[in-house]
Amino acid sequence: MLRNTLDFIPEIPIAEGTEIVTDWLKNTFSFVFNPIKEHFGNLMEFVAEDILMNIPPIIFIILVALLAFFVTGKKLGLAAFSIVGLVLIYNQGHWDDLMNTVTLVLLASLLSVIIGVPVGIIMSKSKIANAIFTPILDFMQTMPAFVYLIPAVAFFGIGMVPGVFASLIFATPPTVRFTNLGIRQVSKDLVEASDAFGSTGVQKLFKVELPMAKATIMAGINQTVMLALSMVVIASMIGAPGLGSQVLSSLQRAQVGTGFVAGLGIVILAIIIDRITQNMNKKNV
Amino acid sequence: MAVIEAKNLSKVFGKNTKQTLKLMDKGLTKDEILKQTGNTVGVNRANFSVEEGEIFVIMGLSGSGKSTLVRLLNRLIEPTEGSILIEGQDLAQMDKKALRKVRREKLSMVFQQFALFPHRTILENAEFGLEVQNVPKEERKKKATEALQMVGLGDYIHQKPGQLSGGMQQRVGLARALANDPKVLLMDEAFSALDPLIRKEMQDELIDLQSSMKKTIIFITHDLDEALRLGDHIALMKDGVVVQIGTPEEILVHPANDYVEKFVEDVDRSKILTAEHIMKRPETVNIDKHGPRVALERMREEGISSILVIDGKRNLKGYITAEDASHARKNESSNLIDILRTDIPKVKKETTMHDIFTIIHDSPTPVAVVEDDKLVGIIVRGAVIAALAGDGEVNL
Repeated sequence: MLRNTLDFIPEIPIAEGTEIVTDWLKNTFSFVFNPIKEHFGNLMEFVAEDILMNIPPIIFIILVALLAFFVTGKKLGLAAFSIVGLVLIYNQGHWDDLMNTVTLVLLASLLSVIIGVPVGIIMSKSKIANAIFTPILDFMQTMPAFVYLIPAVAFFGIGMVPGVFASLIFATPPTVRFTNLGIRQVSKDLVEASDAFGSTGVQKLFKVELPMAKATIMAGINQTVMLALSMVVIASMIGAPGLGSQVLSSLQRAQVGTGFVAGLGIVILAIIIDRITQNMNKKNV
Repeated sequence: MAVIEAKNLSKVFGKNTKQTLKLMDKGLTKDEILKQTGNTVGVNRANFSVEEGEIFVIMGLSGSGKSTLVRLLNRLIEPTEGSILIEGQDLAQMDKKALRKVRREKLSMVFQQFALFPHRTILENAEFGLEVQNVPKEERKKKATEALQMVGLGDYIHQKPGQLSGGMQQRVGLARALANDPKVLLMDEAFSALDPLIRKEMQDELIDLQSSMKKTIIFITHDLDEALRLGDHIALMKDGVVVQIGTPEEILVHPANDYVEKFVEDVDRSKILTAEHIMKRPETVNIDKHGPRVALERMREEGISSILVIDGKRNLKGYITAEDASHARKNESSNLIDILRTDIPKVKKETTMHDIFTIIHDSPTPVAVVEDDKLVGIIVRGAVIAALAGDGEVNL
């Protein structure tokens, strides 16, 4: 009896609506999306193929090892791990995939930071902005990452660019949240001191709040980079090249070994990036 | 002329503050208003004026509104009503830009928990006030270094605040406030976080600094001893209301109400009251005019056993006892010089009672109070004891 009581409400056409909106966006703003797709695509290709892949692997590995060495305060552990790990990836024939993945992760993270830090600052300064952005961030983080692939393809076709777009949506929230948190956590005393000496809002932000919040913001950026990396496999579903696409093709062909090797490559990259960004944070405290 | 004047200055925390102001006018207390409206009265109609070059202490226990009051003075907290006149200009009416200018040029603040910027060196901390004014680098470095030297930190300029002790950190806080040469220093419980020895040292240094630099200082404290030590004037606060304003002596001796009286009852009065407060008008004889006969007569009139001897210019010569004077009269001597005793203890007007104790204890005679060798008063044992008991008559 009661099974059908709610049937009097006709089904609300959310799915259709979303599609209409997306189509409208795609058609109306194609003059925005198309140049982005083209120029950004060219830029990524340039970074991946003309720069990173042109650096001899041995030089690249040494540079990463040196960075790891100095960032960890001249300890050998991470540097040694970087050398062994990267050589292993090269040895397994995944070097070009690695370079593609690095490009995707770096650009997605960079854009996330460029967008996320200012948004975080605005949220920390304005209650209204905070109230508006918080649910949006929740939405961005909880919506399954696969869903972002659909509009990404609609707007940008397939390849690296929609991959970055999807990563951007998925990976930006931690930077925003941590920036907001970091600035709100600056001790009231210091904010008062800054005000009492007649700082303008901008002076206060750059001379006191951002420096004090730096550690927290860096923790957020670290999370953003990790999330961007975790999008690598998902983004490969829409044709983003890299280690992820190797994992995906192994999955489709049920090749456990190849899949494991490509996955291992992602893990190695993740550990190197994570430890390097974390140690940058420690050094700056 | 008053440097800072607060007129009807009030702060209510909460909603619908105008209505709360009306309740305040009806004379409701902080507690009653909180019960009725849910609003907290921070400061209730504070009126006072601070003269150039003085240390004005605002004192009260926690929750009395003193920290709110000091933040109203530079508008770190927006006043609900009233005005803050700084050299005649009303801070409460200023726009942001004018307010910044006043904060940069006229008011500096020193904080209880120092509020130093941990990511900046000591020098950079001291430079902060000048930096936000965009003073050229060389000049602000010079001024900040001078300020740091003034507080005795010339050697530490490249360290970070975390490397210094609490006392030294607060010196940095003081240097930061002094570096932009403000008219007024606002010190919010500046020494309360320091241990007692360092605190006393800092108090002494503040007094020295103030006397050499002639800054006007508004000093917040919960510590009555500190208030009495530092203050030229003290404003006592309770529940947001300024209960009494006066010199330390006035507050000690004529407390305005029971609250103040209770507050001051444990104070060591011997360290506050000075010879000036307890001396009496002395009975004297003039060595050039009078003889033993007059001296004896006066002693008898006043019922005392000795009398001070001065010359025509009121310079203190010594004293004579009744016994000596009556001997002299029997011997038909008419000269006081022969029986003059000079072993009389002398103190200055500023000598505290604490120091007078030992002097009066060892002396059989009263103590003379002199200024430039001229006699201005006399202190007898009874007056000392009465003043200490808190019920003696005290001159103000």
